Amino acid sequence: MSDKKSLLDKFSVGQVWTSIFRGGGVPKSRRQRMMVVLNSVFLHLHPVRLPKHAVKLKFTWCMGGLSFFIFLILTISGILLMFYYRPTIEYAYTDMIDLSEQVPFGIMREIHRWGAHAMVITVWLHMFRVFMTGSYKPPREFNWAIGVILLILTLLLSFTGYLLPWDQLAIWAIAVGSNMAGATPLLGAEGPGSALLAIGDINFITKVSDARFGLIGGRFLGEATLLRFYVLHCIGLPFIIMIFMAVHFWRIRKDGGISTPV
Amino acid sequence: MPKAKDKKTVTITPSSPPPAALNKAESGEEVSRRSFFSWLSIGWVAFIAATGGYFTMMLRFFFPNVLFEPVQTFRAGFPDDYTKGQVDLRWKEKFGVWMIRNDEGLYALSTVCTHLGCTPNWQPTAKKFKCPCHGSGFRMTGIHFEGPAPRPLERFKITLADDGEIIVDKNQKYQQEKGQWTDPEAFLKV
Repeated sequence: MSDKKSLLDKFSVGQVWTSIFRGGGVPKSRRQRMMVVLNSVFLHLHPVRLPKHAVKLKFTWCMGGLSFFIFLILTISGILLMFYYRPTIEYAYTDMIDLSEQVPFGIMREIHRWGAHAMVITVWLHMFRVFMTGSYKPPREFNWAIGVILLILTLLLSFTGYLLPWDQLAIWAIAVGSNMAGATPLLGAEGPGSALLAIGDINFITKVSDARFGLIGGRFLGEATLLRFYVLHCIGLPFIIMIFMAVHFWRIRKDGGISTPV
Repeated sequence: MPKAKDKKTVTITPSSPPPAALNKAESGEEVSRRSFFSWLSIGWVAFIAATGGYFTMMLRFFFPNVLFEPVQTFRAGFPDDYTKGQVDLRWKEKFGVWMIRNDEGLYALSTVCTHLGCTPNWQPTAKKFKCPCHGSGFRMTGIHFEGPAPRPLERFKITLADDGEIIVDKNQKYQQEKGQWTDPEAFLKV
């Protein structure tokens, strides 16, 4: 008792601790600390050590980290919203009103909404910072490309989430957006070159087979559109963005760490 | 000498015979190097074909054969139900169509703005359709005259049934800029 063995020290030699955290007890040496990071599924994406100057706030703005933090908030609040929201024309709008006015802590909906706005801003500022510090240059050029994909996925998540309240703003925003899809070159029925994809008189790109149709699941915005956007917003796009985020974070370490000249 | 032998066979217990496949491959009787590679390439081609096929299925999956959407053809009453010189709003909500009667007859105008697809409002005093999204304006004929809309509103096929009732078919549309408004089915002479 008189020696300075803390409770943590005692616990950290037990089987439970050592089976979860490899490396033999509370890390004391640099090597042990490194091993803890390397052996944790949550920490191993991160570098095992960081140069002090690399995490200076005035240099990184912490915008990448904040983007990820907001993504986590959006994931948690989004899952909570799914317990009340039904993606049908009959219920979508009223469920949204119910969520913000009757459900306890209906601020959850506001958190999700404002978080979505904030994430677009932080992702944008993150790209701006990376550009201004020249961090897109080799050997980080591939990670910049991954980042562009992440930006597009962030915007697509915003776009699909935009429809879900099923109010006038949502419907017309998606009306405009999906009509733009209809003007896609080659793949949109209204777009240039849509007549090129044809065999004889049979045109493959029509109002019922073009990019707009694939996006909204019909010729008009309706039940199919709402369901399609809901699935994309809640499952499809988050699944894809998480894969790209994992690659993005891992590549930061592999490409020489954050904001360090290489 | 015996020690070296022990070292070599350390992973295989002497009592068990060598694996059969290994034996055959070594002797080259069943699977030759050449046939192994041809089977391998067939395997790869089959794998790529199956994967490609599945991705094609995935893509096609998003284009359903049956659409649960409102019908595109509707009976719109008799020509006498409509007043001359007025824009009739009765089918606007349900079918997205303005019925307009002038001195010569009737035409069915689409309520979809040709700019980006919003629904303009009919303003009876200004005698124009005004889009709330970006301010496009259309005359009663459907011709655009202000705002960003690049072309006039579309008209739908309008015919008379045998019993004299009007039938509007939204599957067939007529565009002024393509000279289609002169088509006999784009305008119902009364």
